[in-house]
This record gives sequence, C-alpha cells and structure tokens, in this order.
Amino acid sequence: MSQQAAPAAAGGNRAGMKKELPEHFKAYKHVWVFIEMERGVVHPVSWELLGEGRKLADKLGVELAGALLAGPGEATQAAVKDCFEYGADLVYLMEDPILADYRNQTYAASLTDLVNTHKPEILLLGATNLGRDLAGTVATTLATGLTADCTELAIDHEGSLAATRPTFGGTLLCTIHTLNFRPQMATVRPRVMAMPERQEGREGRVVPHSLALEESSIITKILDFIADANIEKAQLAYADIVVAGGMGLGRQENFKLVQDLAAVLGAEYGCSRPVVQKGWMPAERQIGQTGKTIRPRLYIAAGISGAIQHRVGVEGSDIILAINTDPNATIFEFAHMGIVGDALQILPALTEAFRRRLAVNRMAG
Amino acid sequence: MNIVVCIKQVPDSAQIRVHPVTNTIMRQGVPTIINPYDLFSLEAALQLRDQVGGKVIVLTMGPPMAEDALRKAMGIGADKAVLLTDRFFAGSDTLATSYALSMAISKIAETEGPVDMVFCGKQTIDGDTAQVGPGIACRLGLNQLTYITSIESLDAAKREITVQRRAEGGVQVLKTALPVMVTMLEGSNVVRRGSMPNVLRAAREPITILNAAKAGIEDLTRCGLKGSPTVVKKVFAPKPRADKAKLVETANRSNTDIANDAVEAIFAAAPKLHTDLLGRVAQA
Repeated sequence: MSQQAAPAAAGGNRAGMKKELPEHFKAYKHVWVFIEMERGVVHPVSWELLGEGRKLADKLGVELAGALLAGPGEATQAAVKDCFEYGADLVYLMEDPILADYRNQTYAASLTDLVNTHKPEILLLGATNLGRDLAGTVATTLATGLTADCTELAIDHEGSLAATRPTFGGTLLCTIHTLNFRPQMATVRPRVMAMPERQEGREGRVVPHSLALEESSIITKILDFIADANIEKAQLAYADIVVAGGMGLGRQENFKLVQDLAAVLGAEYGCSRPVVQKGWMPAERQIGQTGKTIRPRLYIAAGISGAIQHRVGVEGSDIILAINTDPNATIFEFAHMGIVGDALQILPALTEAFRRRLAVNRMAG
Repeated sequence: MNIVVCIKQVPDSAQIRVHPVTNTIMRQGVPTIINPYDLFSLEAALQLRDQVGGKVIVLTMGPPMAEDALRKAMGIGADKAVLLTDRFFAGSDTLATSYALSMAISKIAETEGPVDMVFCGKQTIDGDTAQVGPGIACRLGLNQLTYITSIESLDAAKREITVQRRAEGGVQVLKTALPVMVTMLEGSNVVRRGSMPNVLRAAREPITILNAAKAGIEDLTRCGLKGSPTVVKKVFAPKPRADKAKLVETANRSNTDIANDAVEAIFAAAPKLHTDLLGRVAQA
C-alpha cells in the first residue's frame, strides 16, 4: 500500500486535494538540494539536482540553496565553492567531525534541524543508498510528503511541486503533489537529470549552522570502512557507450554477443530487468528504473521491448539504436534508430561492422 | 528474541499488462508474490532466530487476500503471522503505511513481548520507494540499518549488533544497539526453501488479523488517503516521441549490409563520437 499502489483511488472526495496551505507553512520558501558528500567526495547527483533545482527556484522566483553536512576540511570548502559554481545562491553548512561519515541518526537530526530553522518549500535529495536512507527518516520526522525516484520535476500553476515518477513497477507514470505540507520532498536517481554547466567563479554566501549533537549521545558507531577493491564494477551510469541485451536474446550464453560488441566499442554492457530476474546477469548490470539510469552518447538495445521502467532509465541517451524482431515493440517509439531483426544475427554483424570501420580508418589515418 | 519481518504482497510485475486503449492496469489473472526483496530480509531474520532463539513474526498490511503471502512466509519458516487489514488503510502513501505498521508492531510487542528487531525489504518492486522501513524505524525509535550486506555478529545478551552496510565506494562496518530496523541488500543470502512440516503448518496455523481499532489506532485521520500528505494527481502513459525510430532497410539484405548502414547512420548523427572512438583505437 505504497503511494503508488493506489493512484486510482486518488480523486474527488479528499480533503488533501484542496490546496489550503496551513498558515504556519506559508513561511516556507526557497529550494534546497541536499549535497551528498561521503569520504571527501560529492556524489555527482547533487550537481545534477542543483541544475534541476535552479530551474525550479527561477520559476518560483526564490533562492536555491545547498545543504551540506560534512566533516571539517579542504574537501568541504571545495564542495561549498562547487555548489555556487553549479548554481546555488547559498549553502547551509554544518561542519563537524561527527558528520565526517554518514550515519542515519546524526544526518537525520542535523538535516531536520536545518529544515525547521530555515524552512525550505522544496527539498531534493539523490535517490542513492544514502539519500534514500536519510530522506525516509527526515520526511517521517517532519510528517511531510516524499516522492521517490522522480523522473521529472515541475512547478504547477499554483506554485506547488509536481513530481512525476514511474508507477506500477514502471508500467505507467504518475504525477504526485504534496499540497498541504512543507517542505515538499523528492528524490531523483543519479543521471536522470542532466549535469549543469559549471559557472567558474560564480559566488554565493555561506550560512553556518552548528550541530546540536555529541558523539557520546550517538548510538551507532562506525568501526571500519572497507573500500571497494573491485574496480571491475560496472561504471554503467557514467559510460559513454552502452550495449544492453534483453529477453529477446533467449538464453544466458547469448549475452556474449552483447559483451563482444561492447568490447569493440570500449563500451559498458548491461541488460533489462527480466534478465536480472532470470539470474542471467548480476543486478549491478541492470538498466532502468530500478537499476542504473544511463545517459551515454550511444545506447544499443538488443532484444529489449522497451517497458516504461526501462525507458525512463535510458531516455537521456544521445542516440538510441534498438534491435528487435517485433516491429511494434515499444522501444521503437523512443529509440532514434531501429533495426527490425534478430539480435542474435545483427549483433555479430554490428560487431564486425564497427571493427572494420574503426580499423579501416586507423590504417587510412 | 522477537523479530518482526514486514512483507508486502505485490503483483508479479513481469506479468503486469497495461490496457492499450484505456492505459489502465489489467490486474485480472496477474499472480501475486511476496515482494522479492522481502525474502532476503526474511531469510536473515530466520538465520538469526536459528542462531539465538526466539520467534519470527511476519507482518503485512493489505487486503484480506494478502493472507496468502503470510502463509507462504510461514511455509518458508516464520513462526507467526499478523495481517493488518482495514478499509481505512486504502490509499495509504508511505507515511500513512509506516504509521499503521508501526502501530501494529507496538501491538505485537504487547502480546509477544518486546520486539528486538524489525526487518523490511530494501524496497518493493511495485512502489520502489524504500521509504516504509525508515519510516517505521523513525516512528518506533529503532536504530536504522539499511542496505545491509551481512550481519557480522549479534550479541543478544549485550543487545549489540555489528553489520556491513553498502555505501558509495565501499562498505561501512557499523555497530549499534538493539532494537534495530534492518533492510537486507539483494543477494546477501540464499533464501531457504520451505520444509514439508513448515508448509503443512503454514496451511493450518491461525493468522492474527488486526483492523485499525485492534492495532490500537484511534486517530483514523492518520490512515489511508486522509493520512497521506502526497496526492497522486495524474496517472498516464508517456507520450511516444514525435518521430519514431528511423528504421534501417532490412528487406532482402544481408546482415552485413544492414550493420554497415546502422554504423554509418550512427556516425553520421554523431561525428564527434566517431573521431573520439578512432582516437581511442589509435591509442590502444
């Protein structure tokens, strides 16, 4: 019974449908982006959200703020500067050794305090493990609405946030509003929004906020951090070229054809959701709403029918080439180029064609 | 040790169909399953029970038919099952859902004794929000452990737990105190198959049914649509792109010719990609 399970019931006779913002929420102004910094590195989704938040703030005629919680240090100062260059007018900064590593208790208490003090009307977070862990707690504490994994954010004619996301396991889209509560909270997955242009030298103001916590009062302790040794891990989200296969490939062995083409192009490879559910590929290779969202310059989808949950994960690609035996497959509705044919035949031919094309030019050049 | 595992009955999304004209979901005949992510949490809970003793109680909120999911979970090995069902819960968003579930967990604690751990799925496959677990933790004051890849140790006497948690670029090793709310990462364990005695027991065992009143919920405005700050204003199918995919001519042509045409078309549309690729090849 999540918010997505019952949209059909959301109509008419409901107090919440009428917008009568309670008096005490009218002071809530401005758009905030939670800046996700872990171990000295800001997750790029925070910059993507600043880009999107800038548009919302401009539409509303309000300011855009970054909310940065971090340990003290040069990396934190650099992150503040980055916030301004990616579009923030100001940064609310909570800088304390206690915040050096993410913990739900410390971050949730700090961000809640910041919200209650400075009262934003919109609060955006990345739909990462950290962002989701934090957003759920903060929204529950503030008893406000939170819409997960939005694919589109807009301001409606009444000035409220219209957050669109896939629903029903990614078969349809729905637009969700938080009418009578503030802040309106939403999360967005990495790569769903485009990276904004960096404006070198752009400046803003810092509003420091002190932490009201002591380490002795924090129950959860961090014993260790084991960095991933395995660099092999798929860098799908940020890859230039991605080749993916779907159920149309028929069997697990045939994904070798996807990997062969990817190898020639120096590309990452992935798959659609049913392929992961079949156990043919690991979950980290899944592309789509519940897997990775990609924005490559070229995306080749072989034997993938193009369900909405897949579509929302690949729509940001510059060029989509779809290969499918079914000329009516929905993927041809959002792909730029298509080949109606058997991926098992076309993939090896494409691999050869790319290999020849790149090799010929190499000799000629 | 009392462990509550929250599960959700979801439609098997692989078999959901959308009506091509009305854009509504065709639910008829779509089989339901236990949300797959919940199973990893159920398995982790069962392993802890087997290790330190106690009870695993599965809890779900849903329509009466959600009883099937509870019986399946008992077949896998859960000791007891509680169904939270009431028409007042219809249309709940995640905030209202976590409220109702947290009230039910408090009610379970009244009859079964204190609840030491609550397990939830990482997220559901139909809602995909990952918000209900943290909501329950927040309401009940449980220490929150999401995206757990392994439970390293549990000291029931000292009431301490050490886990590994998936973070960006690595794994956090966290130690915290019970009571906790845990969500397990997929693939963190292998879900056991139900044993024959459990499957037989699951078919007969009575299930505790709680409506809002029995769960101790007095303020019904915190439930269902009324208790949900989010409003779904519109459900729709995305518009097809104005121009459909340009198809490569395939009739009576060899795969080689088709592939060559596709490569030409790609590089014609993205000349910069072509030069970059050539540069990459030249360096290799």
